[in-house]
Amino acid sequence: MTYSLIYKPYGERSILIEWPSVIAIDVLQDILVFKEKINTALKTFIVEVNNAYNSILVNYKDYDLNFENEILKLKKIYENKKDVALELVKRLWKIPVCYDNCFAIDLEELASQKHLTKAELIKRHTQTKYTVYFIGFLPGFLYLGGLDETLYTPRKATPRLQVEKGAVAIGGKQTGVYPNESPGGWQIIGNSPIRFFNITKEAPCFAKAGDQIQFYAIPLKAYRDVKVLVDAGVYQMESEVICD
Amino acid sequence: MIKVISPGFYATVQDFGRVGVQHYGIPYAGVMDKKAASLANTILGNAVDLPVIEITMTGPKLQFHCSTTLCLSGANMAPKLNARKIDNNKIIPIKAGDVLSFGKLNSGFRCYLAVWEGFRTEKVMESYSMYSGVTNSFKLLKNDVLEISNLEKDIVSHYAAIKVNNDYISSKTIAVFKGPEFDMLSSLQREQLFSQEFTISKANNRMAYQLTELIENNLDPILTSAVLPGTIQLTPSGILIILMRDCQTTGGYPRILQLKESALSVLAQKYTNQSIVFKLNRI
Repeated sequence: MTYSLIYKPYGERSILIEWPSVIAIDVLQDILVFKEKINTALKTFIVEVNNAYNSILVNYKDYDLNFENEILKLKKIYENKKDVALELVKRLWKIPVCYDNCFAIDLEELASQKHLTKAELIKRHTQTKYTVYFIGFLPGFLYLGGLDETLYTPRKATPRLQVEKGAVAIGGKQTGVYPNESPGGWQIIGNSPIRFFNITKEAPCFAKAGDQIQFYAIPLKAYRDVKVLVDAGVYQMESEVICD
Repeated sequence: MIKVISPGFYATVQDFGRVGVQHYGIPYAGVMDKKAASLANTILGNAVDLPVIEITMTGPKLQFHCSTTLCLSGANMAPKLNARKIDNNKIIPIKAGDVLSFGKLNSGFRCYLAVWEGFRTEKVMESYSMYSGVTNSFKLLKNDVLEISNLEKDIVSHYAAIKVNNDYISSKTIAVFKGPEFDMLSSLQREQLFSQEFTISKANNRMAYQLTELIENNLDPILTSAVLPGTIQLTPSGILIILMRDCQTTGGYPRILQLKESALSVLAQKYTNQSIVFKLNRI
């Protein structure tokens, strides 16, 4: 599918490319294919290409950009994107989460508000395969799409000053995991012992845009066992390749 | 090496930041005032982007344990070597035992200390820029030890000072381009942006500078999208937020303006209650 895109200069050496303002898997797929093509075609001229929900930001090395020319080049790459078939390898990552009371500080309240049992809320949170749209906000914070509508919950009116590392949370229409301690306004429903951001690795985030995430519930004892392995650096992430 | 006797208000090691890693959500970081940092390095014969110490508001007390040369650029904080006055923008020869200290802030807000061949602290993802969660240290602390090169040869004292144009440090003008969401602004809002002075609020740091005056608006939020250092966001409550070097990589507020790279250097030398004026440039 081809979308009607808008190209804008952004600062002195970046170009922003925008899709229609929606969060949708089809749009993400188009973004990822275009991103890959730009990376290949303009490799020596660019520093990085980043995507968000409905946009791509192309960051160039050069300060003296001829924006008109560069935009024409990008449009041409987009027109030709179907010429070569592209295999984007995507993985489904299985993420253990402990939803016990000691971690799930807002779970009881949320379940009560929504007239669900805690078990039912957890079931709806764990049965979805979430799509990773991009990483942003904090190092290693995955922007996930696909949260069950019945679980949508407004952010807290007053954010907490400190949210625990690994906190699994819901904010508005989104769900995610805080990769590190930070202030946060989302509703906390559990904690994952996995490291979402590891600066010592060449790829500090195990997931990338286009991958999928699925949470599964583990009891506190299992959480502690996994944490020991994670801290020792020997925990093996569970994942499988997604075949479209 | 250099020993930190006292760290001053807030000092960090910075170079020109981390690039190519924003897709992990890692901020650029890097010196707030590239102009001053480049100048200090250039005077010493270093590459412009070698790691320097960015000194904020009040200076540290540093003891050198080897020979080197240093240069200070940017804000004037009444620097002294062994209690005797030295100047900014000059090559200062250093021998083991020398102590660098600072007095009152006379101009600007951030001063850059360059040494021969740069600082060699922790390097992560090709950058020495300190950032909490990425480097082990996120600011200079008392008793820290900073590695630098030992300069073997004798340095001839340079009596000629380089004529440097530091007008930008006292300038109020902030050159901007239209941001991705500029077109969402009404003509009244555009007029408000370019016809008044804005005051820097108390909420200013390496992540962002918030301004005091509000621009009332009913702009729709945007789907979370990329932001850059220098991006000016406008919140629903009317607050203008100018993102700086340590800003997060994405945001959901409209991006109405974008600072010219050189304007970041101007803003980096400003502090609470000072005024700025925006000037719109064409791309």
